[in-house]
Amino acid sequence: MATTIRCDIVSAEAEIFHGDATLVVATGEEGELGIAPRHAPLITRLKPGQVRVTAASGEEQFFYVSGGILEVQPQVVTVLTDTAVRAKDLDEAAARKAKDEAERALANRTDAVEIAQAQAELAQALAQLAAIERLRRQLKH
Amino acid sequence: MAGAREIRTKIKSVQNTRKVTRALEMVSASKIRKAQDLMKASRPYARAMRQMIGHIARANSEYKHPFLVERSEIKRVGYIVVSTDRGLCGGLNSNLFRKLLGEIRQWQEKGVEVDVVAIGTKANAFFKRLKVNLVASVGHLGEKPKVEALIGVIKVMLDAYSDRRIDQLTLAYNDFVNTMTQKPTLDPLLPLPPSTQLETAHDWDYIYEPNAEAVLDHVLTRYIESLVYQATLENLASEHAARMVAMKSAGDNAKKAIDSLTLIYNKVRQAAITQEISEIVSGAAAV
Repeated sequence: MATTIRCDIVSAEAEIFHGDATLVVATGEEGELGIAPRHAPLITRLKPGQVRVTAASGEEQFFYVSGGILEVQPQVVTVLTDTAVRAKDLDEAAARKAKDEAERALANRTDAVEIAQAQAELAQALAQLAAIERLRRQLKH
Repeated sequence: MAGAREIRTKIKSVQNTRKVTRALEMVSASKIRKAQDLMKASRPYARAMRQMIGHIARANSEYKHPFLVERSEIKRVGYIVVSTDRGLCGGLNSNLFRKLLGEIRQWQEKGVEVDVVAIGTKANAFFKRLKVNLVASVGHLGEKPKVEALIGVIKVMLDAYSDRRIDQLTLAYNDFVNTMTQKPTLDPLLPLPPSTQLETAHDWDYIYEPNAEAVLDHVLTRYIESLVYQATLENLASEHAARMVAMKSAGDNAKKAIDSLTLIYNKVRQAAITQEISEIVSGAAAV
């Protein structure tokens, strides 16, 4: 009988914890959850809060998550944490901002001011180089 | 000696160009490594996410999320295009855009309209000139793109899909194969492609808290976000690799140009000297 369960805690930008655990405690949307080995398959959203992992060695580790998903499979508990504090209205604001950005870009259709002017100059230099290359070939013939 | 002086200034300017291209090459070379580290760091999340989606696809849920259901009629399609913020990276962006334009044309011939979301300023600049509907854009992600920066644009498309304003969503980006190869890639995002894994032996389903709809909605949104984030990182690594290669070949060309210009310069100088000598000699002979 399995007395430990594998536990993975990952965020989009890094792996946070990976190892065997005897107990995983997290704050689910419906309340605190304690996941012991041989728990039934479960999937839930997490509220911002602590995740406590009791490792196979008996050592306890704490992680703070700002929300995410917890999934229980027969062999593994996976916690996918959000990297940022997320809320519905914050997401809404981000979406609106992205739309505004596009509208502004469309409004400035004629205004072709490139910020990277140095780059344009370099591109020009490269074009000159190509011209020289052609010239050189002509001279050879 | 006027010709000689012109050539000499030309050589100087080519040398300066070469300095710039070489500097850019070295900068990109060091940035590739960082971009690859970022890619590696985000892989565990993507893998865990894929596994979870695989499990969900196999669970016998009574609730079918709209993201998982294929639509019979397609009236409008959406594209999320990941591009670079800066130029001078060879044909990286234009290869991707060309591939994408091919698809867009096909849709337009069928009378299907196209919505585009641009990630990166190059895609923004490109698509605002075209006859496609640019609905949202984000740029200036920098060397360490954050998921937060992408949430907005993704939400625009996911909302459009949920509201049935678009019936299909595709992600376009450059896949980083290795330093020499970057592959323009179009990945279907929505509806989620059916999983190819075998069915499990027995029927099972999750315990959903609070309910299947809310959880699946949340999970699938995060899944799409992680895919787009991953694509952004791939594209970033591709950008630096492509720039490094482009700058290397530009530097090589500059070197060749300098060599041949030096040769021409020497010839011109020699010709001038010979001419002077013959003038002096003939002048002396005349006296």
